[in-house]
Amino acid sequence: MADTSGTLSGARRARAAGRPGTMRLIDALGYRLPLAGVVSILHRASGALMFALLPFVVWLFDVTLSSEASYDRFTAAYAAGIGVFPAWFVKLVTLALIWAYLHHAVAGLRHLWMDATHSVTKEQGRTSAIATLAISIGLTLVLMGKLFGWY
Amino acid sequence: MSVNYGSKRVVVGAHYGLRDWLSQRVTAALMALFTLALLVQVAWPGRPLGYETWAGIFAAQWMKVLTFAVIVALGWHAWVGVRDIWMDYVKPVGVRLVLQVATIVWLVGNMGWMVQVLWRL
Repeated sequence: MADTSGTLSGARRARAAGRPGTMRLIDALGYRLPLAGVVSILHRASGALMFALLPFVVWLFDVTLSSEASYDRFTAAYAAGIGVFPAWFVKLVTLALIWAYLHHAVAGLRHLWMDATHSVTKEQGRTSAIATLAISIGLTLVLMGKLFGWY
Repeated sequence: MSVNYGSKRVVVGAHYGLRDWLSQRVTAALMALFTLALLVQVAWPGRPLGYETWAGIFAAQWMKVLTFAVIVALGWHAWVGVRDIWMDYVKPVGVRLVLQVATIVWLVGNMGWMVQVLWRL
């Protein structure tokens, strides 16, 4: 192809001409994903979130197990906050963690199920994606009620 | 590009093959089983869920051994997953290397802390 625009790169030339060029990360927001795609990107996002929150998980493991005094620090964090973090923030982060764990686990079981049964049709992908979202969001709401003391 | 094997193979560090795929699933299955084992003990009828019960669950030697295996599985699983994220989105080799090393440090550090909590009980 003849280059008629001097220093412009292929992607910029494409955009200037009003057609898609090299993808930028921001372009991902324009995607209209099928439900299986939503489950897939959330699988990745929930994994990354748990990776980032790993010190919080280990801290919970530490304070809940080490001694009765540290266990009291754990319950106090959810009642009155801890350090610069108010209790509602601790609960919000915990809720994010609960959702991430549930979504990641259910989406992972969906993968194992697909591997074991060779379920690779579009219909199966869509149905199992709906089931994944329903189970993970449903269980998150149940535990959310417990976390915020609604019942 | 027609010949991509032997001495002509283009090495891109993409971890082709069965090993990572399988380790991702084996470590996941182990963590799922651990979750189940923990849930059964937490929900065991007839005892209140407080410090005594919770610490008692992790006091059993078999539970310590299982938890230790799960900590290793978690680190392995997260390494493969996060490494895939860097490989997908970060193209400059230098930046990617720094992020991968930081990921290993992050995971090993957190795993060490978890192991310390587990075995001093």
